[in-house]
Amino acid sequence: MSRLIDVENLTLQFDTDEGRITAVDNVSFSLEAGEVMGLVGESGSGKSVTAKSLMKLNPRNAIYGPDTNITLYLDDGPVDVMSLQTDHDMKIVRGGSISLIFQEPMASFAPAISIGDQMVEQLLIHTSFSPTQAKELSIEMLDRVGISDAKTRFGQYAFELSGGMRQRAMIAMALSTKPRLLIADEPTTALDVTIQAQVIDLMKDIVSEFGMGIIFITHDLGVIAQTADTVAVMYLGRLVEHGSVRDVIRRPAHPYTRGLLAALPTLDDIDAPLTPIPGDIPSPLERPSGCVYNTRCQEILGPRCAREVPAFSNVSADHTAACHLHDPERGSL
Amino acid sequence: MKPLITAQGLSVHYALRGGLIGPAPFVRAVENVTIEVAPGSFFGLVGESGSGKTTLGRAMLRAAPISKGDVMFDDGEVEYSLKNLGKKDLKDYRKRAQLIFQDPYAALSPRMTVRDIIAEPLEVMGLTKSRAETDDRVREIAAKCRLNVEHLRRFPHAFSGGQRQRISIARALVSGPKFIVADESVAALDVSIQADVLNLLKAIQEEMGLTFLFISHDLSVVAHVCDHVAVMYLGRLVETAPTRTLFSAPRHPYTKALLSAIPSLDPDDRGKAQKLEGEIPSPTNPPPGCKFQTRCPHAIDHCRMEEPILEAAGTEHNVACHKWQELSHRS
Repeated sequence: MSRLIDVENLTLQFDTDEGRITAVDNVSFSLEAGEVMGLVGESGSGKSVTAKSLMKLNPRNAIYGPDTNITLYLDDGPVDVMSLQTDHDMKIVRGGSISLIFQEPMASFAPAISIGDQMVEQLLIHTSFSPTQAKELSIEMLDRVGISDAKTRFGQYAFELSGGMRQRAMIAMALSTKPRLLIADEPTTALDVTIQAQVIDLMKDIVSEFGMGIIFITHDLGVIAQTADTVAVMYLGRLVEHGSVRDVIRRPAHPYTRGLLAALPTLDDIDAPLTPIPGDIPSPLERPSGCVYNTRCQEILGPRCAREVPAFSNVSADHTAACHLHDPERGSL
Repeated sequence: MKPLITAQGLSVHYALRGGLIGPAPFVRAVENVTIEVAPGSFFGLVGESGSGKTTLGRAMLRAAPISKGDVMFDDGEVEYSLKNLGKKDLKDYRKRAQLIFQDPYAALSPRMTVRDIIAEPLEVMGLTKSRAETDDRVREIAAKCRLNVEHLRRFPHAFSGGQRQRISIARALVSGPKFIVADESVAALDVSIQADVLNLLKAIQEEMGLTFLFISHDLSVVAHVCDHVAVMYLGRLVETAPTRTLFSAPRHPYTKALLSAIPSLDPDDRGKAQKLEGEIPSPTNPPPGCKFQTRCPHAIDHCRMEEPILEAAGTEHNVACHKWQELSHRS
């Protein structure tokens, strides 16, 4: 496998009327080609904002930290995403080597333009295809993602398609430019379970066929277990745990990951009581000092948790967690 | 035990536009559904979007038109037939049957304080005589939902999703209802908060002796909180059973497929799920015979011709499938 993207010290703040909000705080990770990374966290954890930062797709009031470094490795050599300034420069990344699938496909297709015209439009912008070639490729992609009668669907509008169909069309559109990295932001959340299972299958086929990297954003750990190779868990803008899907789900190392797993109702033992994580997710205006999770943590070690931001320590090979529990020098609490 | 609320051959039809010639076309949102909800139970209603679960819940609150059949309500104090409910009785019924909505962000007026939101049903229904009495009642219910006096003075925007849902619950409880329809009440919440709200609902149910109709698309949540479950598909009831039976021995192919589609937490279970092809058909153009035949892996010609009726498959266990017996021998 070859390295696809390196994200180092990604920090992102927003200037709002109520003050400066830290949405992403010093997040670093890497992704290999062909790897599916699950990005998990609750609402407000900064997972969508993190993913959108990879194509600098955040609103104008966004302020990137000075140490932020995002490097995308393409066939023509590495691209420093942070140095791209104009929209024209960003074309290499936006819709070119990185594609994005949104949660709500109804809101992401223009309602008054046919599905086909939207697919062709982006191909004409990002590739050197002629309109005829672009149309042929679009129909082929619609067919590939399991849309029956692709020729007819090509001329239809978003409202004429069911939710599952729309999401398939969205995937077809995102893949037609052959991106190196696909960001899927809650792609199955708005779908029924039976349709979700179909879309998950489709995405797995796509990875094995195209060999692209996928960042799969979701709050559903079950979906992660079924799709991802590696998992990154976020809480209040910080990465708290990162490792292989088996390690993180079977041997969660961070108290937050443990809490999330315990709060999840499972069918294995329907009599088991549900264990919520106490308290609420703090407002981003009142970020706790020290470890961001210390206000809700059930395994809190002492005043150090509220004072000192925990560094990442290795729990095992390729499995890291940012918690004082795993600090090799935890004697000094 | 006498059921608190019974739907008897209940159908809800909505007229469609068009149809210049002949009778106006209509959608059968709920068709011939019979269920009994025992007092004190936590009754789950599951199905995909478009299955008619919300419409059934609303019909049981007289918030959707009853086209055929009836809903009977009997809490020991009053007996109502919802189809022929007079204005005065309907007002009284509103006090006894309440609804908790899905989206706690849309269900609360941003211009009212939490105290006013919770007090509104009392004032509208004229249940309290003085402001002091209203305040006492609001405080008592708010405390049950873990909201303190300080919270009551604030506006909804100051609260998180979980807290807002607790405000919604308090508002539903304040009129002292016997029956509560909770429509996807935890679907919009984060997992860590969802468990907290579910535990609260269960605690309140036990403490106040309430009966819940819990509508959800999430089978794992239903498995944990409900004692009885009904599965719907395209407006029809396809299976009902006590929770434990339904999850350990599902009989209808649709129930089996739904259970199998839940993503497992075990990464080594990949690809084991039994996949359901296709999508739920449009209720304006339902298939003939069994409504599930277009997606059912076991469908035979008989299924395409005749609609199966609900039959007993065990104690309190009913299933509407022509082939359930044959299929249960196989597995």
